[in-house]
Amino acid sequence: MSAASVAELLARSAVAWCPGATGVASATRLSGGASQETWSFDITHPDGAIGAILRRAPPGYGAAPGRAAGLDAEAVLMQLAHDAGVPSPKVLHVLGPDEDLGTGFIMQRVAGETIPRKILRDDEFAQARPKLAQQCGGILAGIHGLDIAALPQLRRMTAAIEISDIAREIEGFNWPRPVFALALRWLRDHDPGPSERVTLVHGDFRHGNLMIGPDGVCAVLDWELAHIGDPMEDLGWICVNSWRFGAIDKPVGGFGAYEDLFAAYEAASGIKVDAECVKFWEVMGTLRWGVMCVGMMQRFRLGPDHSMERAMIGRRSSETEIDLLRLLAPRA
Amino acid sequence: MQDEPKPDELVKAVADFLRNDITPQLSGHAAFKLRVAINALDLVTRQLTLEGASDASEAASLSALLGTTGSLNELNQILAARIASGEADLDTPGVKDHLWQTTLAKLAVDQPNYAAYQRELKK
Repeated sequence: MSAASVAELLARSAVAWCPGATGVASATRLSGGASQETWSFDITHPDGAIGAILRRAPPGYGAAPGRAAGLDAEAVLMQLAHDAGVPSPKVLHVLGPDEDLGTGFIMQRVAGETIPRKILRDDEFAQARPKLAQQCGGILAGIHGLDIAALPQLRRMTAAIEISDIAREIEGFNWPRPVFALALRWLRDHDPGPSERVTLVHGDFRHGNLMIGPDGVCAVLDWELAHIGDPMEDLGWICVNSWRFGAIDKPVGGFGAYEDLFAAYEAASGIKVDAECVKFWEVMGTLRWGVMCVGMMQRFRLGPDHSMERAMIGRRSSETEIDLLRLLAPRA
Repeated sequence: MQDEPKPDELVKAVADFLRNDITPQLSGHAAFKLRVAINALDLVTRQLTLEGASDASEAASLSALLGTTGSLNELNQILAARIASGEADLDTPGVKDHLWQTTLAKLAVDQPNYAAYQRELKK
């Protein structure tokens, strides 16, 4: 669908649900593959333009694949998070079937930066950096505190299910990886069993999905991998070395210490963090990312996305192997 | 027997041309794609240069560890299966060192600038 026809449909949509709106301007596609698109646009309004973002699956791409929560669920989660005080863009509108825009939703556009290297190195974020680990702890406590009864339908995950999913994927590679085998064995031997606490898990809480401004986190984005499970999974995932972008001595996203994350989480939730359990999920997350890197290489081979970027991501799986060895078999 | 220049010399010449002569002429998305392309060619050069020696020492290490011979793929399958079953683990003599050496050899080709790799090289 061309930018002009998306803009035309968006204008018709905005005029219908946004009182006073006269149309839309500057509709630009930001990213995404064939099945999911993100567009930025302004709603023109006599009181001033309203910055907005469209997230949608175009007509014909309705069903959410495998692990995805689905755009309808994402919209509900973002709204619940926003209402509970979690920094999250306000959902302005959920697409209806008569709008011809596919499935998805329109949200407020939040100003900020998501590019890790800028967040970790630029002067603009120097004041924010020391606060980020604590803010992340508080935000995760907020996400995990959402009323589970109010949530949309989400997949239910446990460590054991995740381990068997990963094992199946590794088997499908048909390419021996002794370090992945070691990590998988360690995970099986250290599975903490079903979590006592079962909550909403964001599922992809890391750089790229955190909008950062000069004062810190201004929005949590991309709830696509949200599910129900062990909340410690989110704490482990943001500590995976791949998300430290070179700042390897600051385990939380390359900006903070475990203690800062845990203390803020405990203060906000009243629940003690089990560091061993977080480590378990950090190992799981590291292996999961390694498996995803190999998966991208496989999709490169099968096409239709025969891109160099995808091929080269396959060669990043070895990064997770050295990270796994540093976690499980450290050298003196 | 094929003639010279060798593949690694040719690939390096192409990568250097793209880096030095074409990079300054591009901007935006095309410049980003070119950087990925140069990274890929540099990786190929490193693999062509380093793979022979690292494969040979990996095969020798695997044969000693497993007490059998075979292709690298076959030997790695056996090692992975033994680790999966628990027959071999980090306490098995040689396993930990083997995993480290082979992983470091991969990083030397894939991502020699990776911070964790650089840290381990200093050990």
